[in-house]
Amino acid sequence: MSKQLLKGNVAFAEAAIRAGCEAYFGYPITPQTELLEHMSRRMIELNRVFLQAESEVAAINMVYGAAASGVRVMTSSSSPGISLMQEGFSYIAGSQVPAVIIDVMRGGPGLGNIQPSQSDYNQVTKTAGHGDFHPIVLAPANVQEAIDLTVLAFDLADKYLTLVFVVADGAIGQMMEPAELPPMRELPFERPSWALTGAFNRERNLVNSLYMGVEGLEELNFKLQAKLAQIQREEVRYETQFVEDAEVVLVAFGTAARVAQTAVQRLRRQGLKVGLFRPITLWPFPEDALAEVSERSKALLVVEMNAGQMLHDVRLVAGIHTPVKFLGRMGGRIPLPEEVEHETVALLEQLAVAV
Amino acid sequence: MATGRIVIDAERCKGCELCRPACPQSVIQLAESLNTKGYRPAMLVDPLHSCTGCALCAVVCPDGCITVYRDLPQKQTSLPKYEMKETLAHVEAVA
Amino acid sequence: MDTVVFKQNHVQPLEKITYERPSSLCDVHTHYCPGCTHGTAHRLVAEVLDELDIREDTILVSSVGCSVFSYNYFDVDACEAAHGRAPAMATGVKRVNPGKIVFTYQGDGDLASIGTAEIIHAAARGEKITVIFVNNAIYGMTGGQMAPTSLLGQKTTSSPFGRDAQLAGMPIHMAELLAQLPGTVYSVRRSLHDARHVLQAKKAIRTAFEAQIDNLGFSVVELLSSCPTNWGMTPNEALTWVEEALVPFYPLGDYKVDERLQGRKGAPK
Repeated sequence: MSKQLLKGNVAFAEAAIRAGCEAYFGYPITPQTELLEHMSRRMIELNRVFLQAESEVAAINMVYGAAASGVRVMTSSSSPGISLMQEGFSYIAGSQVPAVIIDVMRGGPGLGNIQPSQSDYNQVTKTAGHGDFHPIVLAPANVQEAIDLTVLAFDLADKYLTLVFVVADGAIGQMMEPAELPPMRELPFERPSWALTGAFNRERNLVNSLYMGVEGLEELNFKLQAKLAQIQREEVRYETQFVEDAEVVLVAFGTAARVAQTAVQRLRRQGLKVGLFRPITLWPFPEDALAEVSERSKALLVVEMNAGQMLHDVRLVAGIHTPVKFLGRMGGRIPLPEEVEHETVALLEQLAVAV
Repeated sequence: MATGRIVIDAERCKGCELCRPACPQSVIQLAESLNTKGYRPAMLVDPLHSCTGCALCAVVCPDGCITVYRDLPQKQTSLPKYEMKETLAHVEAVA
Repeated sequence: MDTVVFKQNHVQPLEKITYERPSSLCDVHTHYCPGCTHGTAHRLVAEVLDELDIREDTILVSSVGCSVFSYNYFDVDACEAAHGRAPAMATGVKRVNPGKIVFTYQGDGDLASIGTAEIIHAAARGEKITVIFVNNAIYGMTGGQMAPTSLLGQKTTSSPFGRDAQLAGMPIHMAELLAQLPGTVYSVRRSLHDARHVLQAKKAIRTAFEAQIDNLGFSVVELLSSCPTNWGMTPNEALTWVEEALVPFYPLGDYKVDERLQGRKGAPK
């Protein structure tokens, strides 16, 4: 396979198809609609299931039904649509069936706008629905990573029987970059043993999130928590740049991390000791790795395209010993590298004075 | 006239009495005793063997408690038929 | 249980079973109140699954409300949908299991209120599923609140002065509504208030499943049902109320029967 110029939304869709996605249910919403459009053509060509649902609520419940039937299934949406899907997320989590969700985030709250944003961070990592659960949340920072993490999302969903989100902002969804697609995977011949396929020559299967008894529901929650703990141990992913000797480490994900990376590279050229810590899994959050970096550095600067959502996770890790500053743009604005550089230099100067 | 009998799963029965007005022969009553759930289950009280096995009771039973038997035409047997039926119905109703 | 009883020393059976509990029902006791016709509807569906010999090919999508535990009562693969979403979940199940028989079992709050978008669009798409719609004109599970199908003047715990059209609008006729959609091949209303009507309901349920087996499109059977507990009546009084109050407002009948279904059991003459 060789590289081709791919739009982020199309890359998500084609990567999902190649990862063995057998069914897609979605609803148009900017800035992810090209994903749905790509699916509408390719899934039909491949004799797989594509359906444009009557709403995001219906789409996620269709995903739930197909997931309960044991096929690789996906939906995609953007922030307001993700809010509508929360009902389904919670049921899918409670039923422990695998599903992949792509969220191409836009500015909020409310109808907000269609510009790139990271304002769903809290929603997808912490409040994806009622009850105690977290989806795995993967955050690509370029089109190649959008492809790779989408494939990974299906594998993790199947491995842990859980929801996996791939969250990008509208910039990653809309931009074109050279990237390489993986080869097409063979679809599995058989469904998992727990799947709904008709109780032919076996005991009947039940996919359910209802446990009327206290014992049963607490037991389910213990199981879910044990699974989440295992995911926290085994599935943390992140990237670091120049953190070994950095006095100030920028912490950012997705498009904000690309801006931060540009700022770090420019500042390094000027001889300033700055680094970048980029969480790839937003949940599980790379706490231990960031704690190490935080201990070595003098201060952290969190850069986000929201009012400071990941900021809280960073502060929990940094504790009271390492100062944590924040630079955020809202309403669909992407911070400029110059802003980030300026803020970083100011922080370095403050630290110099403090010493 | 066809004859038959019904067997009511007394543990499953909730004593709702929908079967009573459905019965054209009026041979269903509630037991005086309670089942383990605290309901008075329906029972066949049919001393004259007037149950026809029409199954209307079973058709309206919301809990699927009723099994309906219909007598088959018999050649002569050594034991009078009604005795056998009555015994079976009695045993089932008590059980 | 044996289907025939032999007398000792005789080979000729004395009697035969003419009616017994269908094998597609699980051997469990239901949570339904005494006299609740949900049980009757369950039994009829199970009898049809037995008669058509499709139990092992069938997948149930349960709903929310009193029917929430129906997955415990049918001996088939099953899942439990969110409130109102059963037709959407059933769509997901059916699209990836196109050779299987998928049915939802929904009450009036679920289907005619919170789930109207899902039921309308499943019908509009001609989704090849069967919907058993139990209409008892009240929210049973939450304790007797006004339903979209509650009658005008009907007192419930959330319409204590009786349903007022100015305040709460008019009750919805779902069988007629769904019949308007091109994807619907079978939409009828039946009642469960006496044995004759129960038998008619069963024929309709059978036709609805046959429509799916033949891959024709969306089929729905609305069943007028009772809720003795929340109506504050005895079970037999409740059936009388179905007959005297619900049936006149919700006329029984065939609102859509695709021509390919004509002439079958339960189809109009």
